[in-house]
Amino acid sequence: MTNSEKNRLKDKAFQVFGIFCTFIGLVVLAIFLIDIIIEGVGRIDWDFLTSLPSRRAGRAGILTAWAGTIWILVLSALIAFPLGIAAGIYLEEYAKKTKLSNFLEINIANLAGVPSIIYGLLGLELFVRMMNLGGILLAGALTLSLLILPIVIVTTREAIKAVPRTIRDGSFALGASKWQTVWNQVLPASIGGILTGVILALSRAVGEAAPLIVIGALAYVPFVPSSPMDEFTVLPIQIFNWTSRPQAAFLTNAAAAIIILLLITFLLNGIAVYLRHRQQKKIKW
Amino acid sequence: MLQLSFSRFKLSAAIVLGASLAFTSCGGNSQEGGSDMSGSIAIDGSSTVYPVTEAVAEEYRAEAPDVKVTVGVSGTGGGMKKFTRGEIDIVNASRSMNASEAQTASENGISYVQLSVAYDGLTVVVHPSNDWVKDITVAELKKMWEPEAQGTITHWNQIRPEWPDQEIHLYGAGVESGTYDYFTEAIVGKSHSSRGDFTASEDDNVLVQGVSTDPLALGFFGYAYYEENKNKLKAIPVDNGTGPVLPSLETVKDGSYAPLSRALFLYISSKAVAKPEVVDFINFYLDNAGDLSEEVGYIRMPDNIYNEQKQKFEQFATGAATANQQ
Repeated sequence: MTNSEKNRLKDKAFQVFGIFCTFIGLVVLAIFLIDIIIEGVGRIDWDFLTSLPSRRAGRAGILTAWAGTIWILVLSALIAFPLGIAAGIYLEEYAKKTKLSNFLEINIANLAGVPSIIYGLLGLELFVRMMNLGGILLAGALTLSLLILPIVIVTTREAIKAVPRTIRDGSFALGASKWQTVWNQVLPASIGGILTGVILALSRAVGEAAPLIVIGALAYVPFVPSSPMDEFTVLPIQIFNWTSRPQAAFLTNAAAAIIILLLITFLLNGIAVYLRHRQQKKIKW
Repeated sequence: MLQLSFSRFKLSAAIVLGASLAFTSCGGNSQEGGSDMSGSIAIDGSSTVYPVTEAVAEEYRAEAPDVKVTVGVSGTGGGMKKFTRGEIDIVNASRSMNASEAQTASENGISYVQLSVAYDGLTVVVHPSNDWVKDITVAELKKMWEPEAQGTITHWNQIRPEWPDQEIHLYGAGVESGTYDYFTEAIVGKSHSSRGDFTASEDDNVLVQGVSTDPLALGFFGYAYYEENKNKLKAIPVDNGTGPVLPSLETVKDGSYAPLSRALFLYISSKAVAKPEVVDFINFYLDNAGDLSEEVGYIRMPDNIYNEQKQKFEQFATGAATANQQ
């Protein structure tokens, strides 16, 4: 076998290996989805979406759970979005390369890898006890905002970095200040990427149960929260609760609730894909 | 798109807010009767007791729709922490309050009453193909679960010589649960003390899955989980010296299934009973706990025990009321 034949064989082998690796993930996901859908899809109807929790699996619904999840989503977005983007702009556009900014950067990257339960404990001490908020929506949203903030900051920086240097130089050449350049040129050009990052971060937050249980989110809430100061529950907690019940009918409920949670996640990811696509079409440098 | 869905959401939130304001303003603050009660009751604690409390809270909504009852599941330990800090009204507990929790409560000036609301029978189970275990004594359970067993008691024949020379695989409640505390107290003799090398889970369904797929397994969990999975598990009669007894509705209720029958508890603080809605809720709870606990898979207590609990609560409530007035 000549050298080039050997190389080609290696090439082929890696290709097959790569396909295999790709399929492991996809097949596992497919099995999971099919299993959940078979188990739960028959349970989803209007009553399931609009009923309160109940001891009778057949009458129990997820109204307060999905309402809580939407509340948490919107509040977390409102908190994490401006903070994360401002921090990202500062680090990318304003901060000089000093030891301090290096230190900040390393820490933000590290924070992105901290387990979510740790954020729950932090939220419990900081928001629930020290700020005396109690286990309310606002405390939950603040906790999850901390959880997704590092991801928002990192993706904001990546999106801003992708704006070509020449755009800034052109703006400066016309006499614009740094703020004018950022506001009128850099942000509009990168907002699609930033939003994509924020939404993907939110779809991580939407599946969290542990940090919210720690801060005192409830399991049985017979009313839809009407303000950020209300107690709440979320879909992952309801799912977790149902999977630990002895009666098999609750497992069906859990599967149905998982489908709803997946739909919310897919919807968020769909919005992210759409925004990225739209921006790619719009920008013609 | 995000913008759009958000503004729509704000609209519906405003409607809900308006509606709930309209509702709450109707509720009076009257002392007597059930239907015109209002206010809120915060409950947290054991996930084992949760199904009973959830069922009662659900029924109570029909009785007093303006009382907001919320129930959390942060575990007996987590619930006790909040209770002894005065953060909640009622704690669901699958074990009694321990000494350090009682101390925190008294430091924070919180007095309380303990009520039993239902029974559960911790069931010892093996794989259905296991044909050698016909019964088991409390001493044998202790031998396999005590801390000294770790690493040394690894085979069935070490527990009883006629059992096979095969490995034994143990499955039990997670160490943070009240179930674990109760089991170790009843079997090992010391709460929260056992060998560490067993498969532990807070989720009893995981234990059911484990024991039902492992021919060498022995595990324990709540009676409801056995009842729902009878076809893939085998329950073992437990012998406390008076002969082997299988857990069942009758043997748990009459106390002959000992020492693994346990009561599920509520703790109510003196501050909470100052709220008329809490008193009303607890009386409703004790009136309905028998039927509802059976419905969710637990075992009803005898009627006279429920009456005792009611008397105990009434005494506590009047005592707390006079203490509050002084």
